[in-house]
Amino acid sequence: MRPRLLGWLLALPATLAVAVFLGLPVLSTLSTTVTQSDGVFATYSEFFGSGFRRTVLWRTTEIALITTLISALIGFITAYVVSRTPGRMKSLLIIAAVFPLLTGVVVRSFAWLIILGRNGILNEFLQWTGIITEPLSMLYTEGSVIVAMVYLFVPLMILTCVGVLEGIPEDLLQASSSLGASPFATFWQVIFPLAVPGLIVGAVLVFTGSFTSYATPHLLGGEAQMMMGTFLHQRAMVTFDWIGASTIAAIMTVVTIAIVLVMSKIARRLNPAAV
Amino acid sequence: MKTRPHFLLVAFATLVFLFLVGPLVIIIGASLSDTSFLTFPPRGITLHWYQNIFEISAFRRTMVTSASLALIGTALSLLVGIPAAYALNRYRIELPPFLSTVFVLPILVPEIVLGFSLMKSITTTMGVPVYTTLIIGHALLVLPYCVRVVSASLSSFDFSIEEAAVSLGCPRWKAFFTIVLPNVKAGVIAAFILALITSINDVSVSLFLTGPGVSTLPIQLLAHMEQFFDPTIAAVSVLLMLVTVGVMAVVELTLGLTFLTK
Repeated sequence: MRPRLLGWLLALPATLAVAVFLGLPVLSTLSTTVTQSDGVFATYSEFFGSGFRRTVLWRTTEIALITTLISALIGFITAYVVSRTPGRMKSLLIIAAVFPLLTGVVVRSFAWLIILGRNGILNEFLQWTGIITEPLSMLYTEGSVIVAMVYLFVPLMILTCVGVLEGIPEDLLQASSSLGASPFATFWQVIFPLAVPGLIVGAVLVFTGSFTSYATPHLLGGEAQMMMGTFLHQRAMVTFDWIGASTIAAIMTVVTIAIVLVMSKIARRLNPAAV
Repeated sequence: MKTRPHFLLVAFATLVFLFLVGPLVIIIGASLSDTSFLTFPPRGITLHWYQNIFEISAFRRTMVTSASLALIGTALSLLVGIPAAYALNRYRIELPPFLSTVFVLPILVPEIVLGFSLMKSITTTMGVPVYTTLIIGHALLVLPYCVRVVSASLSSFDFSIEEAAVSLGCPRWKAFFTIVLPNVKAGVIAAFILALITSINDVSVSLFLTGPGVSTLPIQLLAHMEQFFDPTIAAVSVLLMLVTVGVMAVVELTLGLTFLTK
């Protein structure tokens, strides 16, 4: 058998699985939003015409952006320290980052439910220290969703950046300092530019992950802080408005794919060799 | 000698790691508490809540569902994923580059959109049972991991060894099973383990694919949290963390955990 044909044959089952069980269902969901009888983009003008729906979209974008920025900042600095930590200690730190990542989203969001609840640990602690007298309502706020999301995504950011930072040769840093650059200058002028592609990959993962998340906004945001994921579920399973749910699904898909394409293009331009 | 980061940066990173580990320690503590509500530090130690998990039939049932789903979904995914990964590496020049993008698609489409679409098309329109659709969804969910991790091991495999065997008269399929597969064993095991844990922890794809009598552990956990707020949830969480510990041990033994930063 010709090698090319054999290659195709071996790749065929997986390709078919993706086409039939991912491609067709998702395309059919997306297409129902433009094949409605009352105009091609009726569902979209309905979506963007509603103040409430715009608010949900805006809140989701805002929370995802803030989560991405905070995760990138904390994650990058931490990754830098991890990448410069010698031997055994480094493996330990990597384990400490991988462990939460492999622990489910529900479990990790649940932890914040115990911490931020009305009778939660933080409230009890603050009352014990006398800083507050009445428990604060921290759950079901934008802040609680962001804290839990940052908690979810920082490990991902750390691991993505450690991989890139480790690839930067030590000689380069020594050359920089031997030429008289301060550690600060070395960090910003040598390390940072070389690590940008990793930072971008991490940021894309964090943004798309938080933009499309369900469990965290559901648990920590509740009805008050509805995001696109929880909104989609509510439309589909509570009000059975499948067209409305499909519209939300379409917007989520378009935003996700657009972000991935644009950012990977930027990363490629910044560092053609790395990506 | 490595250039040491500034001590302020080290202090900052230490705080970040405390932030990462702290909440998990709190869950462990809360699961042991003697009280019927969630609290930390525990006020008296009991294992009652762990026993309680197995007394609640919904948890027992969903645990079995989640485990079987993860095993079947991952097995199916590897069954189609390994040949695909092999083809992508072995026939890299002969096959069009877009083919490798196909297997990234399940990552590109938001999980929750995939779950919703599967529910609409496969379960509702085609009348496929919920559990079967769940298997399909989970197999798709883990396919990118399977293809990519196996691909990563194959990329460092020297295919000329396989060619040598074939030119010496070994049938192609036999060369694959006796030469290629044993060489990428670690990659296959790691893919299997990572896929398994992804499937067990999944919420977004499973969310729409639960029906009468069929639910997964994380979905049941979410439902339980809405009604009760007792240490049983913490105990289930600790159980899931133990699964994670097991998974990490296997990955460490096969590929080494540093593999995850690549």
